[in-house]
Amino acid sequence: MSNQVPIAEGLFTWPSAKPALLASRCRKCGIAAFPVASSCMACSGQDVEIEELPSRGTLWTWTVQQFMPKNPYRSDETPETFIPYGVGYLELPGGVRVEGRLTENDPQKLQIGMKMDVVFEPYRTEDNGDEVINFFFRPVQ
Amino acid sequence: MDVAIVGIGIHPFGRTPARSGLQQGAYAARLALQDAGIEWRDIQFAFGGSASAGSADALVNELGLTGIPFINVANGCATGGSSLISAYNAIKSGEYDVGMVTGFDKHDRGAFNADPEELGIGQWYGEVGMMMTTQFFAMKIQKYMHDHAISHDTLAKVSEKAFINGSKNPNAWRTEPISVDEIINSTMVNDPLTKFMFCSPAEGGVALILCRADHAKRYTDTPVYLKGATMKSRRFGSFEVFSPSQALQQVDGPTVDASKAAFEMAGVGPKDMDVMQLQDTEVGAEIMHMSENGFCEDGEQEALIQQGATHIGGSMPVNTDGGCLANGEPIGASGLRQVYENVLQLRGQAGDHQVPHDPKLAYTHVYGAPGISAITILQR
Repeated sequence: MSNQVPIAEGLFTWPSAKPALLASRCRKCGIAAFPVASSCMACSGQDVEIEELPSRGTLWTWTVQQFMPKNPYRSDETPETFIPYGVGYLELPGGVRVEGRLTENDPQKLQIGMKMDVVFEPYRTEDNGDEVINFFFRPVQ
Repeated sequence: MDVAIVGIGIHPFGRTPARSGLQQGAYAARLALQDAGIEWRDIQFAFGGSASAGSADALVNELGLTGIPFINVANGCATGGSSLISAYNAIKSGEYDVGMVTGFDKHDRGAFNADPEELGIGQWYGEVGMMMTTQFFAMKIQKYMHDHAISHDTLAKVSEKAFINGSKNPNAWRTEPISVDEIINSTMVNDPLTKFMFCSPAEGGVALILCRADHAKRYTDTPVYLKGATMKSRRFGSFEVFSPSQALQQVDGPTVDASKAAFEMAGVGPKDMDVMQLQDTEVGAEIMHMSENGFCEDGEQEALIQQGATHIGGSMPVNTDGGCLANGEPIGASGLRQVYENVLQLRGQAGDHQVPHDPKLAYTHVYGAPGISAITILQR
């Protein structure tokens, strides 16, 4: 069993039986931000608390990345094995709209307003065999 | 103190292997000096920008070491606009009488690759493939098409018009018209935007000579006055490029804010503009910037563009020199290219891409990462 590590510390709870994206919420004005920030972009306040974001939301907009990005893109792919991927903003009720990769890359199957779940899946494998976990948005099945 | 533009110079946009970016900047600067009938040693200050072709102030190595303050400006795609506003304020304050604004660049082929950490975003954001300006533009127009019923055909018509205008502009890069069919059916880059709907990184240089308005006639019979010049950055809640998240409550972006401020400053309104250059990083940007700058309501672009209103002979000519779509995007130079084009238009010197009816007021707009916008309103 390979070791699973998050793509960045503090983006989501990991390891966890029920992982969730983490946001900061300003205690003064109530605005949430992702990823966690030490100050509030709305009111400049520095009194923030960390909370877990909901796991289901609504697709606000999307696109499909049809060509392989240059550096700093870092996956296991080569230009030959590259698979286009969806990107979108998921509106999480009471929280924020979070930008993330979609598990779906077929434009015919993507629609603004569709429900999606936040899921956590392997993204690439490091040289030492560690599996790097990222968050994705998956259409509700 | 009002401010006038009394000299303009440009190095053709596109690809010029024989000249460095700096040399293209110097070429434009010499033409601008010549146009104003002024010597480099008489220039009192300069502002300039270049994203990939070295420091703008290295131009003094080409033009001569005269000891002037030469300040480098770096504000993404809004670099040219920001340089111009800095120069405008320097003269308006009464500190200087005459100065130069310049921008030049020379980029590698292919999409820009930005570094997330330079913008205070974690490295993970780039690793998973979201540090892409093209995705932002695609997602913004995708949402806009959904909300305001803009068609794919209208997207393509913006490119079609850009390449037609480019074919009339001897300084443009793309000078062959391309059909709507070919534009729609070219390689998909980021849905709904295809290859021919995006501008590409390129090369070029522009320089402008600015002076206090009461000195303008010393240099030219056809001064063009800067009646409005504003720049704004994003407020909380606007939807911007390179945003790992955005607020649920949306507010107007920096373009709307800068535009309103510019019209207020100039004491005129959108309907008074005879010609406008709007940031067209891709076709969706031109469409959305029409309404964000107050030239129409959301959704009206569909009918306006289908009717040809934004063509050179139309009721609201947009990007008469072909814009970024036909000229490419040398980041440091693009904003000043718009001003160069408007000065030509107001002087009546735009040749095949001249708008009819003796234009008096002209508008420029740039937008850049991570959410900044600069506007100018010019009057002859």
